[in-house]
Amino acid sequence: MNSVFSFARLGALLIKEFIQMRRDRITFAMMLGVPLLQLVLFGFAINNDPKGLPTALVAMSNDQYTRAMVSALQVTGYYRFDHVTDSAEEAEFLMARGDVSFVVTIPADFAKRVERGDNPQILIEADATDPSAASGAISTLSTVASQALLRAQGMQAAAAENARQQLQVVVHQRYNPEGISQYNIVPGLLGVILQMTMVMMTAMALTRETERGTMENLLAMPSSPAEIMLGKVLPFLVVGAVQVAVVLVAAKLLFDIPFVGSLTLLLSSVLVFVLSLVLLGYTISTMARSQMQAMQLTFFFFLPSLLLSGFMFPYRGMPGWAQALGEIFPLTHFLRITRAVMLKGADFHAIAAEIGWLVVFVLVFAGTALLRFRRTLD
Amino acid sequence: MNAIDVHGLVKRFGDKTVVDHVTMSVSEGEIVGFLGPNGSGKTTTIRIMCGLLTPDEGEGTVLGFDIRTESLRIKREVGYMTQKFSFYEDLTIGENLEFVARLYRLKPVEQYVVRTLEELGLTSRRNQLAGTLSGGWKQRLALAACIMHKPKLLLLDEPTAGVDPKARREFWDEIHRLASGGLTVLVSTHYMDEAERCHRISYISYGKMLATGTVAEVVKNAGLTTFVVQGPRLAKVAEELQGRPGVDQVAPFGATLHVVGSDRKKLEAALADVEKTHEGVTVTPGETSLEDVFIQFMSGSKDNMA
Repeated sequence: MNSVFSFARLGALLIKEFIQMRRDRITFAMMLGVPLLQLVLFGFAINNDPKGLPTALVAMSNDQYTRAMVSALQVTGYYRFDHVTDSAEEAEFLMARGDVSFVVTIPADFAKRVERGDNPQILIEADATDPSAASGAISTLSTVASQALLRAQGMQAAAAENARQQLQVVVHQRYNPEGISQYNIVPGLLGVILQMTMVMMTAMALTRETERGTMENLLAMPSSPAEIMLGKVLPFLVVGAVQVAVVLVAAKLLFDIPFVGSLTLLLSSVLVFVLSLVLLGYTISTMARSQMQAMQLTFFFFLPSLLLSGFMFPYRGMPGWAQALGEIFPLTHFLRITRAVMLKGADFHAIAAEIGWLVVFVLVFAGTALLRFRRTLD
Repeated sequence: MNAIDVHGLVKRFGDKTVVDHVTMSVSEGEIVGFLGPNGSGKTTTIRIMCGLLTPDEGEGTVLGFDIRTESLRIKREVGYMTQKFSFYEDLTIGENLEFVARLYRLKPVEQYVVRTLEELGLTSRRNQLAGTLSGGWKQRLALAACIMHKPKLLLLDEPTAGVDPKARREFWDEIHRLASGGLTVLVSTHYMDEAERCHRISYISYGKMLATGTVAEVVKNAGLTTFVVQGPRLAKVAEELQGRPGVDQVAPFGATLHVVGSDRKKLEAALADVEKTHEGVTVTPGETSLEDVFIQFMSGSKDNMA
């Protein structure tokens, strides 16, 4: 008789787990509905490069240069002139109240100075309480403004001639030339959604048995810690697989995210990632005494992993210690893998180190869970 | 070989000693009742025996396996029925039994399940969710699940709490039927009538084993004297007797009073007084019941705690 591991006993636990999952309709619906809902919601909602920002125009005169400047700004798509006024105080008030993100002030002597060739100025004030919201709009400014001015003066040809002799900086935005946020967000959402459901569900798995009193019975019967662990973890691996399918299909159909890499490579990395997540959840489960505690521990883990993984904010923008901290979250490595495979078409070689990290997580979490598992009620 | 042979078991939770040097032996085929007030350490002792808790001190064997080192072997040979219903309420009776059969690697599963369902009269409810069962049926399911793998020893922790008298009676008939087939049973209970259906009883209080033996032995060894008082205005008589030297317990039983004491001479003196002062009151020797003995134990051990 094999007392350490038996497939028959693992089978018993798996069948039990699947029946319970099927009976718990709400949870079951959540496991499939939530990923789709979150994908659609966040996929469409999150935008790192906001356009059409409300702008107040303070124009003292209505000359052709002012009009040229305003229409040039409008054409960039970043500025939407909601308010036109000639009072600086009113514009100030609008910005303080948050009604506008920008105030564009074109002074009364603007046209005069242009014609005199006397260093004309316009003032653009941005609400920088949210720096990233304003950054895109500001970065386009100087070229747009000077070109608009030249065009208004009918000096386009001269400008082109002038430009040819100057230093040219060529910028290629590779993998996502149009800078579409969704290309960045949607592959990331795959990781975030999996993390949400997988960790939370498995974190509840053991504590639910303890709370309902069924743990005592389970321990009194011949089942080994490894069997109990796999019995809890494998069903969620299947759920994770379904979620991955849902998210990937939706990514293609709804958002038309390019998928240039190997699907097999992505799926095998997803498998390792999900395994690390369910084992993490299970480890939490061996520590928590109640479902409430399990929930709290899960959230304690969620927030830093969301913020430090590079999903919401650029990973490289964080100080060294925070980057180091970010490395300990499976999500960080998975984000690099999905973005690399889906957008850059990376091969195994390029992401081997990240997969290696995930494998380490799997081993560490599985080991911790097995050590933490209490075979007795002590 | 004894089915259970443990000695000097000690279990502490924090600074509380829940089981205090408990020694116990149960022979094969015996039904032993395990009695004691709430929180006396019955459940903890049973959990130690089936390997769910490790004792702080003491050792012993269950079915010949060491309780410290061979708990996995013990788990395979023992059927343990927990105090609280601990099967899956979101699984049907049939699914619960199939689960247990697979865990014990009983083959073929279906045959074992069908036979167990028949034996305990559960066949018609096979597809009912366990959570929707009443107390009596839940208990029957739990018993079915823990005898399915044909254990040599059954550990039952207050199996009949909250179960109606008829179901209780049927349950005990089942236990006796199983014991006659050679199964050893250790069952904890609060009910005196159940204690009297056991071959032997052990009484534990505040972690200490106070008495063990057949019901008659336990009653005899307690050394109590009981008198039955009859007559008018017994409430007043009871009030007067309460607290007199020699009088340990005064309990009304229908139209009579049971007066119990451990010092026969003092008790007789007190009763003689009452007989004199109250007209129409008669005192006759009575029989000490198991309940009298237990109540004596309980008041005695409370004194020890103080």
